[in-house]
Amino acid sequence: MTPTTLNLLGFGPEGWGLPLAMAAGLTIAAAVCSFGLGSLLGIAAASLKLSRVMPFRWLGNFYTTVFRGVPEILVVYLFYFGGSVALTHLINLSGFPGFFSLPAFVIGVFAVALVSGAYQTEAFRAAYQRLERGQIEAGRACGMSRLLLLRRIIAPQTLRFALPALGNIWQSVLKETALLSVTGLIELVRQASTAAGSTRQPLLFYGVAALIYLAIGRVTGFGLARVEGRLASPWKR
Amino acid sequence: MDWPFLIDVAERLLTGVPLTLELAAISLCLGFILAVAVTAAASSGFKPLRWLAKLHVELFRGTPLLVQIFVIYYGLGQITLLRGSFLWPFLSQAYWCAILALSLNTSAYGAEIIRGAIAAVPDSEVEAARAVGMSGLLLRRRIIWPIALRYGLANYGSEAILMLKATSLASVITLSEVTGIATKLIASTYRSLEIFVVAGALYLALTFLIAMGLHWLERRLNPHMRA
Repeated sequence: MTPTTLNLLGFGPEGWGLPLAMAAGLTIAAAVCSFGLGSLLGIAAASLKLSRVMPFRWLGNFYTTVFRGVPEILVVYLFYFGGSVALTHLINLSGFPGFFSLPAFVIGVFAVALVSGAYQTEAFRAAYQRLERGQIEAGRACGMSRLLLLRRIIAPQTLRFALPALGNIWQSVLKETALLSVTGLIELVRQASTAAGSTRQPLLFYGVAALIYLAIGRVTGFGLARVEGRLASPWKR
Repeated sequence: MDWPFLIDVAERLLTGVPLTLELAAISLCLGFILAVAVTAAASSGFKPLRWLAKLHVELFRGTPLLVQIFVIYYGLGQITLLRGSFLWPFLSQAYWCAILALSLNTSAYGAEIIRGAIAAVPDSEVEAARAVGMSGLLLRRRIIWPIALRYGLANYGSEAILMLKATSLASVITLSEVTGIATKLIASTYRSLEIFVVAGALYLALTFLIAMGLHWLERRLNPHMRA
C-alpha cells in the first residue's frame, strides 16, 4: 500500500512531519544567527565607511563591494572548504597536530552573515545619514557624552530609519540559508531533498519546503511591520 | 603567491563566462516579457487575473531561488502529463530548467519594478497628455512608457546584477558556468581561497561592466539631466 500524501507529511511513522519541522527550526535558527551577526558586522562596517580616516573608508568600501558583488553560494563554498583548512592550519601551527573542522552550522552562519552584513552596512549608513545634524549638536549642547548621545539620539533613530531596509535584508537572509544545504547542514532544503529522495516525491516535498519558507517570511514580515509601526509612533501625529 | 596556479584557474573559469552571461541574458529577456504580462494582469479589470498576478509575485519573491530550481528540475518530472508532452525534451535538460526558474524568479521582481515605475509617472504629465487629446496606446507609447523607463531603469539594472549572481545557482543542477567550474576546482584542489578570489574577481568585473553599461544608458535616456 502506498502511503497517502497526508501520511507522508504527517507525524506518524511514515510521515516526514517531524523532520521537516525540526529542519524548519534549524533554518530559522540559522537565519536569526546570521542576521544578528550580520547586524554587528553591518554596524562595524558602516562606522568604518563613515569614518574620517581614509584607509578605514577603503576597508569598508572593499568589504561591501566584494560581498555584494560575489554570488552568495561562492562565499558559502569558500567557508565550507576553506574554513576547516584554515582552522587546521592555524591549530597545527600552534602545536597541535591533526585535522580540525567547524560544525556546518557555524560555517554557514558565518558565510550568510558576511553577505548580509555587507547589505546591512548600506542600510545603517543610509539611515545614519538621514539623521538631522542639528539633533546631534543639540544633544552636545545639553552636555551629553558620546555614549549617551549614541544611546538616546543616534541609535533609536538610526534603527527606525534602517528598519524597512533591514526587513528586506531579513527576508533575503531567510532565503539565503537555503544555500547552506550544499554544506550538508540539515536545514529545510536538505531535509526536503532527503524526503524527496526516499519517497520519490520531489514535487511534494520541495513544494512543501517552499510553502514553509513563504509562511516563515510572511509571519516575520508581519511582525517586523508591527515593530516598525511601534518605533515610528513617537513621531506620528 | 602561486601565480601559475591562479592563471590556470582564471583560464578555466573564463570558459564558464559565456554560459553565465547566456543564462543571465536569456532569463532577463524572458523574465522581462513575463514581467510585463504579470504587470498587465495585475492591473486588469478581471479579478482572478489580478489574484493570479499577485500569487505569482508572492510565490517567486517569497521562496528561495534554490527551491524553485529544485521544484522545476526534480519536481516537474513527476507530472506524467508533462512527461508525455512536447515540452519534455526541454524540461528534462538542466539548462532549460535553470532558464525557466531564473526567468520566473526575475519576472516576479521585474513586475514589482515595472509597477513602481509606472506608478511614479507624474499625474500632471498624464493629464497634460490627455488635455491635448492623447489616450490609449498613444498616451502610453509617447508619455507613460518613456517616463516609466527612465524611472525603472536603475532598479532594473540592480535586478540584472542580482540575476548575474543568481545564475551561480545553476551550478547546483550540474551546469558548468563560472561557479560550477569553481566548485569542481575547489573540491579537487581544496585551495578555496585562491579560487574564490579569482572567481569573485570575475563576477565583480562582469557586474562592473553591467553597471557601466547601465550608467551609459541612463545618461543617454536622460539628456535633460546632464550638466
